[in-house]
Amino acid sequence: MKKQIANWGNYPVIESNEESFSYPEQLQELLSRDEIFIPRGNGRCYGDASLAKTTISTLKFDKILSFDRSAGIFECQSGLTLDQILDVIVPAGWFLPVTPGTKFITVGGAVASDVHGKNHHIDGSFSNHILEMDVVLAAGDTITCTPLENPDLFESTCGGMGLTGIISRVVFGLKKMETSYIRQKQVKAGNLEELIRLFDEYQGYTYSVAWIDCLKKGPHFGRSILMLGEHAEIKDLDDRQKRNPLKLPRKKQINFPFNLPSWVLNAFTVKTFNFLFYSKNLKKEINNVIGYEPFFYPLDAILHWNRGYGKKGFVQYQFVIPLDAEKGLVEILNRISDKGLGSFLAVLKVFGKQESIISFPREGYTLALDFPVRDGLLEFLDELDLVVLQYGGRIYMSKDARMKPDILQHGYPDLKKFKDIVRKYNPDGRIRSIQSDRLFLTTN
Amino acid sequence: MPTVLILGATSDIGVAIAKKFASEKFDVLLAARKPEQLKPLESDIRIRYGVSCSSVKFDALQYTTHNDFFHGLDPKPDVSVCVFGILDDEDQAFDDWSLTERMIHTNYTGAVSILNVIAKDYIAQKKGTIIGISSVAGDRGRASKLIYASAKAAFTVYLAGLRNKCFKDHVHVMTVQPGFVYTKMTENQPLPKPITSTPVQVADIIYNAYLKKKNVVYVKWFWKYIMLVIQAIPEFQFKKMKL
Repeated sequence: MKKQIANWGNYPVIESNEESFSYPEQLQELLSRDEIFIPRGNGRCYGDASLAKTTISTLKFDKILSFDRSAGIFECQSGLTLDQILDVIVPAGWFLPVTPGTKFITVGGAVASDVHGKNHHIDGSFSNHILEMDVVLAAGDTITCTPLENPDLFESTCGGMGLTGIISRVVFGLKKMETSYIRQKQVKAGNLEELIRLFDEYQGYTYSVAWIDCLKKGPHFGRSILMLGEHAEIKDLDDRQKRNPLKLPRKKQINFPFNLPSWVLNAFTVKTFNFLFYSKNLKKEINNVIGYEPFFYPLDAILHWNRGYGKKGFVQYQFVIPLDAEKGLVEILNRISDKGLGSFLAVLKVFGKQESIISFPREGYTLALDFPVRDGLLEFLDELDLVVLQYGGRIYMSKDARMKPDILQHGYPDLKKFKDIVRKYNPDGRIRSIQSDRLFLTTN
Repeated sequence: MPTVLILGATSDIGVAIAKKFASEKFDVLLAARKPEQLKPLESDIRIRYGVSCSSVKFDALQYTTHNDFFHGLDPKPDVSVCVFGILDDEDQAFDDWSLTERMIHTNYTGAVSILNVIAKDYIAQKKGTIIGISSVAGDRGRASKLIYASAKAAFTVYLAGLRNKCFKDHVHVMTVQPGFVYTKMTENQPLPKPITSTPVQVADIIYNAYLKKKNVVYVKWFWKYIMLVIQAIPEFQFKKMKL
């Protein structure tokens, strides 16, 4: 059915013919129509990666196929969302091996974006935990791939933004846990230097991420809160928590009912928000035991929080630069603070080593920021792109809605290899998105 | 544990009803023309809800198999939900008798055939619940749903009669009248959002109505009033309208 669709940033909005399938036969019928399309999950990438004139939604292809409770191996169809998986695995003492900051993404989306979490420096990205998957090519063949079987298809499907085919079935390993609680430590850092030192000091923690106030200048430039976590053991819990150590959180969500007018977000309100966020931690260090939900998914508690950025939407900008390019981080943060284009969320994280053809993560610092869509924003981001490249970094395609093709090409040295593999499996080039055309990934 | 039978379990509403009853700790029997399509749903229900779930072949148009189908079920279901139905292109069906016939027989004849078998068994046991998913389309005939609406109208009347017949034997028959629902059947129709339900909403309403032993349920409730208004339009006027 024709409808207006957009991903999480509400930018861009396009008209698309959305098709769906519940059974493989229905998918085959859709593929036999010879249309140009892109597969789409829950639309939680930010930009235009899963937008095209025809989209094939996997949301109805969402069945759990097997769950080995003793070995921690999970098998499902690709349209299943992570929140539904958690409902099943958490009470059985298992957790997602890697989770992004929202649980409302599909497994297919997790693979196509090769998502990372707060534990990247320890556990790598989602693709590290995939044991096997099926990809349905545009011509209709279903190909099973693993890191050893059809490895080229496997590697370019992980992080390949859906361009190799429709990911239909995924088998992946889970993480064992004793309780559904997280032993959390929050440490305040007065400036960027201190933060980077703290990241180093606490690198043994499984989960780590920092929130940065990117509008602060002067001696407190880069003041931040480093959030660290470990899965709590039973001995860490209080008496109330001990009664049900694998408790699932109750489902309650607040809805953001309408788009906030765009003027609400300005340098003043964002500064105030950031000040409150930083100051709410009175002590230098906080240690507590909390449920996994507020630790991993604080924003999921507010449905449609993206409406806070207004009708014009927002662009999320995430890049990674090598560890020795700390100066680049300073330069980029400076430019943002000079411009006064701050965002609620500026999230810094250290990635561990990763070798892959098209996945975003590689060793270094990664910073993610939200920018409400305004006049002059796109030009400003083009400037930032050049700084990122200059320091040997690259941009995350799942968040992107505006990057220029040469920026992608310089950031991903294996891009040609990726394009060749996409062409090998889909010679007629029918799988393409607005993004892939913009980035010359699918144009000939 | 009680058991529910879903006739037409590959449909979007069938899937949602199966999951809802499973989440309320019913064991589930899934029945459809292509039972191999049901394997993923079967594992999904078992793993998510920890109930037992199996699938069986059922073809609404093979009337002679219906008796053996039902008596071959083990365990016998406490609740039987009849969800199957088809909506073909009405213009094509008007030109092609085989399509018209298939729509009538799937939506009406097949349903009557299997529910007769089930009702007989429930009457003998003096217990059981039959839930039939009809449609608001059956509340008034119109050009754009010519055959579908007339078959559903017949089904609605059959369910009302069956309710009357079974009442004294403590067998409950519930008629469900969904309005617009987002399903495969309606995927290519533009539906007005405020009055359209999701399959999950339909299933929740059906389950609650089952607990309350409702006779006729509209999904959502205001469809009852929408249809009252539509039924109140005098025929001399209605026949001129494009609906």
